[in-house]
Amino acid sequence: MTIIPDLKYAKSHEWVKEEGGIATVGITDFAQDALGDVVFINLPEAGDEVVAGESFGDVESVKAVSDLVSPVSGIVKAVNEELIDAPEMLNSDPYGAWIIKVEQVTDREELLDADDYEALCAEEG
Amino acid sequence: MGSYVPGTLSERQQMLKAIGMEREDALYADVPAQMLLTEPLNIPSGMSELEVRSKMEAIAAENKVFQTVLRGAGAYDHYIPSIVKYIPNKEEFLTAYTPYQAEMSQGILQSIFEYQTMICQLTGMDVSNASVYDGATAAAEAAAMCRDRKRSVTLVSAALHPDAINTIRTYCYGANAEMRIVPCKDGKTDLAALKEMLTPDVASFVLQQPNFFGQLEDAKAIGEAVHEAKAMFVLSCDPLSLAILPTPKELGADVMVGEGQCLGLPIAWGGPYLGIMATTEKHMRKLPGRIVGETHDDAGNKAYVLSLQAREQHIRREKASSNICSNEALCALTAGLYMATMGPEGMREAARQTTAKAHYLQSELCKLPGVSMKYAGEFYQEFVTVMPKREAVLAALEEAGILGGLPLGENEILWCATEKNTKAELDRAVAIVKEVLAK
Amino acid sequence: MKLIFEKSVPGRHSSLLPACDVPAYELPKKRQASLDLPELCENDISRHYTQLCQRVHGVNCGFYPLGSCTMKYNPRIDEEMAALPGFTNVHPLAPASSVKGSKEVLELAAKYLCEISGMDGMTFQPAAGAHGEFTGVLLIKQYHDARGDKARTKIIVPDSAHGTNPATAAMCGYDVVNVASAPDGCVDLEALKAALGPDTAGLMLTNPNTVGIFDKNILEITRLVHEAGGLCYYDGANLNAVMGHVRPGDMGFDCIHMNLHKTFATPHGGGGPGAGAVGCKEFLKQFLPQSALMQGEGHIQVRSFAGNFLVVVRALTYLMTLGKEGIPEASTNAVLNANYLMQKIKGTFTPAFDRVCMHEFVLDLSEFKKETGVSALDVAKSLIDNGMHPPTMYFPLIVHEALMLEPTETESKETLDEAAEIFRKLFDLAHKDPEYMHHAPHHAQIGRPDEVAAARNPVVRWTKA
Repeated sequence: MTIIPDLKYAKSHEWVKEEGGIATVGITDFAQDALGDVVFINLPEAGDEVVAGESFGDVESVKAVSDLVSPVSGIVKAVNEELIDAPEMLNSDPYGAWIIKVEQVTDREELLDADDYEALCAEEG
Repeated sequence: MGSYVPGTLSERQQMLKAIGMEREDALYADVPAQMLLTEPLNIPSGMSELEVRSKMEAIAAENKVFQTVLRGAGAYDHYIPSIVKYIPNKEEFLTAYTPYQAEMSQGILQSIFEYQTMICQLTGMDVSNASVYDGATAAAEAAAMCRDRKRSVTLVSAALHPDAINTIRTYCYGANAEMRIVPCKDGKTDLAALKEMLTPDVASFVLQQPNFFGQLEDAKAIGEAVHEAKAMFVLSCDPLSLAILPTPKELGADVMVGEGQCLGLPIAWGGPYLGIMATTEKHMRKLPGRIVGETHDDAGNKAYVLSLQAREQHIRREKASSNICSNEALCALTAGLYMATMGPEGMREAARQTTAKAHYLQSELCKLPGVSMKYAGEFYQEFVTVMPKREAVLAALEEAGILGGLPLGENEILWCATEKNTKAELDRAVAIVKEVLAK
Repeated sequence: MKLIFEKSVPGRHSSLLPACDVPAYELPKKRQASLDLPELCENDISRHYTQLCQRVHGVNCGFYPLGSCTMKYNPRIDEEMAALPGFTNVHPLAPASSVKGSKEVLELAAKYLCEISGMDGMTFQPAAGAHGEFTGVLLIKQYHDARGDKARTKIIVPDSAHGTNPATAAMCGYDVVNVASAPDGCVDLEALKAALGPDTAGLMLTNPNTVGIFDKNILEITRLVHEAGGLCYYDGANLNAVMGHVRPGDMGFDCIHMNLHKTFATPHGGGGPGAGAVGCKEFLKQFLPQSALMQGEGHIQVRSFAGNFLVVVRALTYLMTLGKEGIPEASTNAVLNANYLMQKIKGTFTPAFDRVCMHEFVLDLSEFKKETGVSALDVAKSLIDNGMHPPTMYFPLIVHEALMLEPTETESKETLDEAAEIFRKLFDLAHKDPEYMHHAPHHAQIGRPDEVAAARNPVVRWTKA
């Protein structure tokens, strides 16, 4: 299982990369493995507000639907529309397949660093 | 008494012994003694098959079967071809469960896939589910699938079937959502009133075509008004009429619903019927109920499966869009079989003859002094007349083995005809009406 | 096998309708799209559907121990009675004086089912089990609303419940409180007490529960819920275990649904139609649904007219056949068959709860999977190769690698012995050749279907190539 050292992580298994005030959000390798083959994704629209700890969409596999939980609060600046036609990218390249980009970011205090996240996964795995 | 338990007494004894019990009572050891019934149930003793047959036949004989039915209002007495009655009784179709085990259920899955395809062809929509309970629940489920956090109000036309309105009202009550009724004008939905009622909290508008009074609505213009207000347009159609009338797709529907009884199912005092639901590709994942999809097996052979199951209650539990599990699969199979048996020309002919007979009945009735039409608009299969002596008219028809139209408001009767009614039957009915009115 | 559309020949048809004997009438607005339904003759259709039915496993084909679904034999007399013209050719809005027979069917069925369930009133409007749940929980909602009690916003559901329970509660506008089960699969009384409060609208429960055990504490459970001001809803999914022995009404339940298509032998039809008769105690009768057209407005309504009437005709025929002796006998033998089959399988696969069960039992294959790598799914698919319908898989959720078996009372000792033998054979095979089982079935209509491909790129209708 891959964990990228310089990213931040939410307990609900999303990763966050913050650059120049923009937070890019995706799901982790652990999350995609637990979900199984992702078949569909429900995305928010640019301009929507997201709140840390609350759902901003969902991902569907054959056997489950899971909420996508926002790791930070802010306003959606962009969504990765490519995922609508190719949701399998979440499985094949979880850290490359970003889901949303968030601006006016707040509420990032609860995020974990890679070491703490690895410990969390070990506990849950 | 009757029984379907195969075990003989000695076999049951052997089986009890095998599980280490002496008496059958021990099987219920977990039930607290104070709750166990000590007296037999207060119902009659069981009967042999022959006795049950006599009893049930006697009960059935207490119902009056009308040779001529001129009443519709949600249940339509169309001709059912012989093979359409016969095939659904094949034991495999009858006794199988929901096809969750695709490897031994390809026949049922394919029959549903074929049904879905036929519904799409008939309606012009992109995707149909495998059925819901009936037309009224289909409308209520459609209203539910259109609601979201921002838009929660359902508008319904006052010319929707009263049972459908009440069912939607009930589903809305459950969901703590609001339903509002858009009034009618001259037997049709009042477009001006609708436009005023299309506020930003409205999720959808539900229209019936032809409507409860038989009238053909200006569905296209209504759909445009609904879309202008960014609400969804739910259109409830008589599926057989779609063989000749504009499709829901052509009328701009986002969700098509309908009562599928007219596709080969008997009127049967109200059920089982068939709830048809179809939508556009955009809303596919919001559609409730089962959907069969085509895929391939591990050797690359074509295969059918229950697909998109992640929408459903057994996976999504309290987050599912609907709780539906059992549906009307055998009725869907029957409807598919009916459409295949009729074929495109047979469907068109049944719809054309239905229209012709209804208009013949209407023109003959309206030739009688004192009989007039309540509404002036075009109709398909049903129409409302106003005439004096309504009760006497209906009683005289009943006496002659004819189920007349449905009494509505004062002196109003909602008449219906189908391709099944011959000219002779219709003439006879009109003659009886004439005689009563002349008295 | 080809789709019916691929067999279509332009111009082919059956002769069904006479020429129109009244003047044609042209409606002004017409369908523009072509109507591409198949064009076939009657023989083509007969053969097509016969081929389809040969690719279906019904109860008539063989053993169908699908847990929680009660796949018992469907008597053919029930079908014949439901096809009587006196029942099929009756309009739902025909005058009351002309439908005395239909009314008698409902009255008798209601009387018998009230007696079996310990209820006072009954409706047949709901068309299925989940639809009955919806109706039943709406009775609870109306009860609280009528008393002006708006604070009750939660429905308690055990974590072992069918998915329809929480989905129903949500459809009725309630928040769902999932309560964890005790280690024996029954309701954890402490967890229940903690969940109960002034916001409790009600509890939804099956008894016997979904692991096939009768919850001994049932009177205490319903008392606690009532004490908190909530009502108790009985999900009749497992009623086949207890008919004529113990009644939900006597367990303290206020309302109930019964699946006529499970317990009362009406066929499942490949997924429906069923009928979800809903019964209630006297004080809830005023809230039962009605039809706006048949009885007038002012009541809730869950579908048009009086429900799936012909299904009720079948169930009544069955009830009359069994009568007061046959009904408890059916349940006794359903329980006997389940215990016998569990006993015969024991020693190979492991029951999740090694004790006397009711009408069904759950196997826990988690240790077996660790040992052999063969999953519950692999075993289920291997059963298909042996001509048996698999048990319910991966349910209830509280047992991992679960297989849930419900043999029903209409299976003979030979069938159960044969089934146990097949399980034993598969247990051995898993230890010898697990790889073979990973790819089962090998002799079925198809191999394992690719569900991921089906969900990613949905093909939900045929289109002309």
